[in-house]
Amino acid sequence: MSDETVGAGAPPMVRMAGVDKHFGDLHVLRDIDLEVARGEVVVVLGPSGSGKSTLCRAINRLEPIDSGTVEIDGTPLPEEGKDLAKLRADVGMVFQQFNLFAHLTILDNVVLAPTRVRGVSKDEAQERARALLDRVGIAEQAQKYPAQLSGGQQQRVAIARALAMEPKVMLFDEPTSALDPEMVGEVIEVMAGLAKDGMTMVVVTHEMGFARRAADRVVFMADGEIVEVTTPDSFFSRPATERARDFLGKILTH
Amino acid sequence: MDVLFGNLGEFLTRFGGTIALFVCSAIASLILGVVLAAMRVSPVPAMRATGTVYVTLLRNTPLTLVLFFFALGFTKLFFYLPFFLLAVIGLSLYTAAFVCETVRGGISTVSEGQAEAARALGFGFTQTLTLVVLPQAVRSVMPPLTSVQIALLKNTTVAAGFSVFEAGGFYRAVNERGGSTLVALLWVALGFVVLVIPLTVLQRRLEKRWSVAR
Repeated sequence: MSDETVGAGAPPMVRMAGVDKHFGDLHVLRDIDLEVARGEVVVVLGPSGSGKSTLCRAINRLEPIDSGTVEIDGTPLPEEGKDLAKLRADVGMVFQQFNLFAHLTILDNVVLAPTRVRGVSKDEAQERARALLDRVGIAEQAQKYPAQLSGGQQQRVAIARALAMEPKVMLFDEPTSALDPEMVGEVIEVMAGLAKDGMTMVVVTHEMGFARRAADRVVFMADGEIVEVTTPDSFFSRPATERARDFLGKILTH
Repeated sequence: MDVLFGNLGEFLTRFGGTIALFVCSAIASLILGVVLAAMRVSPVPAMRATGTVYVTLLRNTPLTLVLFFFALGFTKLFFYLPFFLLAVIGLSLYTAAFVCETVRGGISTVSEGQAEAARALGFGFTQTLTLVVLPQAVRSVMPPLTSVQIALLKNTTVAAGFSVFEAGGFYRAVNERGGSTLVALLWVALGFVVLVIPLTVLQRRLEKRWSVAR
């Protein structure tokens, strides 16, 4: 690492080039090219089945791809194995279903990976975990188990768990889709705070409000393709393609 | 009562033998069974195949045959080991196949998202399995796993067949001294009931303790 990592010469945080993926006969990702710059917040929108979740999961290779390359901070993702695991540690991920470790307390959920993957001492990891839980507003629940928390609280813990690894980029795969409506706001708040603090984020969501408010760019996908890449303002007020107009018509009129 | 109190020393030492056989075999079978279960879900085909062959062979073989092999065959083929140790090996290898299948059943109850979250945090296969998936899998199969271990406890009597000093042989000892075989067997049965109770209590305790945590 030299001192010129930030600047024009630095590689994009995420780069996808020519990525293709099939599920059987279904072509879920078609020749995807996407670059996400350092500190940028990219929101991926699109109808269900458009491949946006698959795109998100392909970035840390939870979803293997058929062809093309994915690079994180200039390093291409290797084959499944130790090197891939190491690279994944730098990529935080938040899932639709939270996926907190059910057998561990909230605190241990946040402490586990830093101690076991990064080799951070237990005391230090706990101290940082408490600070993170405080930041997402769950500090009082540290000794509870995931099943004892509401969905919104669990998702905030999941964000803290990912942040505990001090990731270079955070992926959000429909983080509010499994939540009761009244809990969406609390999770969105945490995400907006992260965006403001300069975290590089790729967010797959149906929350148009978040896209308007926090996104630097909107990526609109349909049928496995990236159809439009533009600013939130231009996407919502002047969608360039028929498919985007159709999508916006459906979600905004009801 | 005479049958019991007249042979109390014998009765107690024999049950001591049963407990020793059980504890050693239980620990070994749990460890081996969990390792086998891990092999059966491993991404490496050779590991999976080894696990499958092991389970197929051991689970489909009568325990008596397994123990006879170790009692008679092992020493001839390889080297001398005391009968007690041979019995522990035989019982452990046999029971491990059942532990393996039970734990594997538990692994399939753990949602895929748990393993995905672990991988996304940078855990490799082994860590994902040992830190996240197996602890939850074992918790979810406590009742059947206890049943497997209770079966092991009772299977220790088969070891009496090749002169390991344990409870199943009590009736013969009584018989030699002119006591009633039937009464002796009833006492042995009662002894086993008493031995199984702590296992059941342990199972309940663990289930209760883990009820929130899964």
